[in-house]
Amino acid sequence: MTREIEKAAGIPVVQIATIVPIMLTVGANRIVPGVAIPHPVGAPDLGADGDRATRRELVLRAFRAMQTEISEQTVFER
Amino acid sequence: MKRIVHYINQFYAGIGGEEKADRTPFFEDKVIGPGMGLAKEFGDRAQIVRTVVCGDSYYGEHTEEARRQCLEMIREAKPDLLVAGPAFNAGRYGFACGDIAAAASENGIPSVTAMYRENPGVELFSKKTYIVPCGDSARTMAQALSGMARLGAKLLSGEALRPAREEGYIHRGIRKNFLHEKRGAERAVEMLLKKLRGEEFRTEYEMPVFNKIPPAPPLKDLAHATIALVSSGGVVPFGNPDHIRVSSAETYGTYDISGLSDLTPENYESVHGGYDRTWANLDPDVVIPIDVLRELEREGVFGKLHPFLYTTTGTGTAVAFAEKFGREIGEELKKAGVDAAILTST
Repeated sequence: MTREIEKAAGIPVVQIATIVPIMLTVGANRIVPGVAIPHPVGAPDLGADGDRATRRELVLRAFRAMQTEISEQTVFER
Repeated sequence: MKRIVHYINQFYAGIGGEEKADRTPFFEDKVIGPGMGLAKEFGDRAQIVRTVVCGDSYYGEHTEEARRQCLEMIREAKPDLLVAGPAFNAGRYGFACGDIAAAASENGIPSVTAMYRENPGVELFSKKTYIVPCGDSARTMAQALSGMARLGAKLLSGEALRPAREEGYIHRGIRKNFLHEKRGAERAVEMLLKKLRGEEFRTEYEMPVFNKIPPAPPLKDLAHATIALVSSGGVVPFGNPDHIRVSSAETYGTYDISGLSDLTPENYESVHGGYDRTWANLDPDVVIPIDVLRELEREGVFGKLHPFLYTTTGTGTAVAFAEKFGREIGEELKKAGVDAAILTST
């Protein structure tokens, strides 16, 4: 889905999910590793503030990914 | 003797090339062109009773009409088997052969065709008919004809087919259950040992092959960018109004989020059948981060959030559907002038 959106729209699509090898296999170009499968952009075990801070950091990292010039599939680690 | 109808295009019928490609369907109750070699291959096992001919452009441009007419001509001859082509690497001919063969099979007439592995007809029809792989040009005619005749004779015999690689056709993506003399664990260890020794081994579960694309250019001006949210995490408006499937989804939903600044258990929920939904249902933002996106939007970090959310469940979803969703969503984002997207998956 990520790859086809990127292809059809011609815009960067950042995928946030937990299993990086799958994202690499299906052809996502800008990859942000998520926290866990059932809560990719949340950390409920860190309490309300920790959860929100985690999510904010992931979204900001996605912003960094979409602004980064890349020539191949790239994983954006923290 | 068993009866065969042979389908070919205008070129192999000897009518003409491109200038005759809009020829409407017709038939003759005799063997024509490559049918000669085919008849020889079948020998006394079966007889070609009719040849149906259609121009490749006609079939491609008037597919429904061409299929209907050809199918009628085929059924009239009461065949036990339809043989189409071979189409080699001819795109329109491959499409026509695959389409008419699939239509025949659907109507209870077994069918076989032959084409080059990269003919687009393979991707379109390999699950709906039997396609014998052959070379990319008529140089491999003999190989294609004998391959189709071998498989055709097998289909005529009514015997159960063995795996595609043994029977010599492109696999149809069908897995059949059977009792193996060795249990799975033993087979897996044997496979692993072969892999470790660098020997050849064959997987029992082939993974689909995915395409890769060059990365899109980066976003230039985040502060004025419109950003869209897409998700395969199964998070939908409470009550799942569009009945998106909990797995093997064939649809996605488009929802107006322009008035939303936070996802809560009251307004959204997860219906995804492939993960523990406890956390997503306590706070759907852990899958679709609308709360912090609104915050960052207010702070002016980026321009604005696209008013629509695109969401589906990504578990057991066919690759073809996922790609179709992607194409459609991509087209919409393009039309709406969206500058970048974030896609979350579980």
